[in-house]
Amino acid sequence: MSLSDPHGIRIPGVDPAELNGWLIVIEGTDGVGRTTHVNLLRTHLERQGYAVAETGLSRSDLASGGIRRAKQGNTLGSNAYNLFYATDFADRLERQILPALRSGFVMLTDRYIYSLIARAIVRGADPDWIKKVYSFSLKPDAVFYLRIEVPQLVPRVLSNGGFDYWESGMDLPMGEDLYESFIHYQRRVIEELDALARENRFETIDAGLPVDRIAAFLAERVTQVLDARRAPLDEAAPRS
Amino acid sequence: MNDPGVYGANGHRYPGRLFIVEGIDGSGKSTQLTLLAQWLRSEGYPVVFSEWNSSSIVKATTSRGKRRKILTPLTFSLIHATDFSDRVEREIVPSLKAGAVVLADRYVYTAFARDVVRGVDPAWVRSLYRFAAIPTRAFYFRVPLETALKRILSGRPKLKWYEAGMDLGLSADLQESYRQFQSRLLIEYETLVQEYGLLVMDATRPVEAQQRLLREAIRPHLEGVRERSTLEPV
Repeated sequence: MSLSDPHGIRIPGVDPAELNGWLIVIEGTDGVGRTTHVNLLRTHLERQGYAVAETGLSRSDLASGGIRRAKQGNTLGSNAYNLFYATDFADRLERQILPALRSGFVMLTDRYIYSLIARAIVRGADPDWIKKVYSFSLKPDAVFYLRIEVPQLVPRVLSNGGFDYWESGMDLPMGEDLYESFIHYQRRVIEELDALARENRFETIDAGLPVDRIAAFLAERVTQVLDARRAPLDEAAPRS
Repeated sequence: MNDPGVYGANGHRYPGRLFIVEGIDGSGKSTQLTLLAQWLRSEGYPVVFSEWNSSSIVKATTSRGKRRKILTPLTFSLIHATDFSDRVEREIVPSLKAGAVVLADRYVYTAFARDVVRGVDPAWVRSLYRFAAIPTRAFYFRVPLETALKRILSGRPKLKWYEAGMDLGLSADLQESYRQFQSRLLIEYETLVQEYGLLVMDATRPVEAQQRLLREAIRPHLEGVRERSTLEPV
């Protein structure tokens, strides 16, 4: 576990050496099946005896209510949204992720800074700036990117309740209606995620594959990641 | 200052003017800014006032964090940047575009001082605020610690937790913590005076004398403001 490179900054009061858990990230755009796989992976890991914790975007104690209220009125400046999400992330990092890692948990994260960076860039933020903003984040042990093309995404979204205002980027001048806007917005988000995937060496998974195949792959790969840095048995044994 | 990745790289090019005041609590900066606003309005200038930590939407979250004492140096920094960003986008920049004289009580330097005293990386916080418009003139009201403390503490106020810097663990006593926190802020502000060329006002002088100096300092920058701000078709 290390603070993210190369621009990583230290978080006041955090000693990276005391983090002995694992940070596993599932990335991907809206409606790609992340939540399903986080749940399957959790069950799998718990069956193997690992303690598992979970977090995801705008689930912070501090800022989730404020973000929800701001979105209802659509009354916050566009860059202020970027920073509100960064606040939410920082609160979750310090009050959910770090405590779990200190306690040796596997922290499963349903989207991480990458989705936040991609969305901010699509909304006009300078890429270097928004990456610098998130330079306090931890570098995950692994990032699995569920990748999909927009045409494959549309039927999934339709069967899951239809187009959402924000997931269609309706706050941006992107099209005449929800459908058009959704297509343009998601295409741009996926482009940015692809760029981040190359930059940060995500493991990319074709989200169009059957759920059980993806689940089996994730279970195997995560087990490898955990095995690579598990305390040797003699060290872990109680000493007399 | 030449690094395009940090605050201060580019001055704003809007027709309006932006004047900001900085200083610790009890420096008298707010009194001076209020007097300045009254004078500017009486002279016929369109004046817009923007206060630190005042975005209606973000403020609720900041208050929640403070009330429950769950803000860390990092989230304290980010939530204030969120508030500031909202005001820049929806208040400060549109007013500057419309040709107003914008007066800000505290600006990015407040964050630079407070966040760094709390242990946040100085370069990171300067990059965080890169989107901020650069003030036409920035004034720092320099005051000795004891003078400011006397002004603030003589009213026997109920100091708030974060206001007193209690989260830094400097002292278990609220007033003692406040004193130590303010003295650290003074040191940080002196760095900022050098780094950003803030204009230093001697805040121990009589109120009216300071106000005279302040008006003299901004007068040359007001030329042409009223013409530009008259309503014209775009």
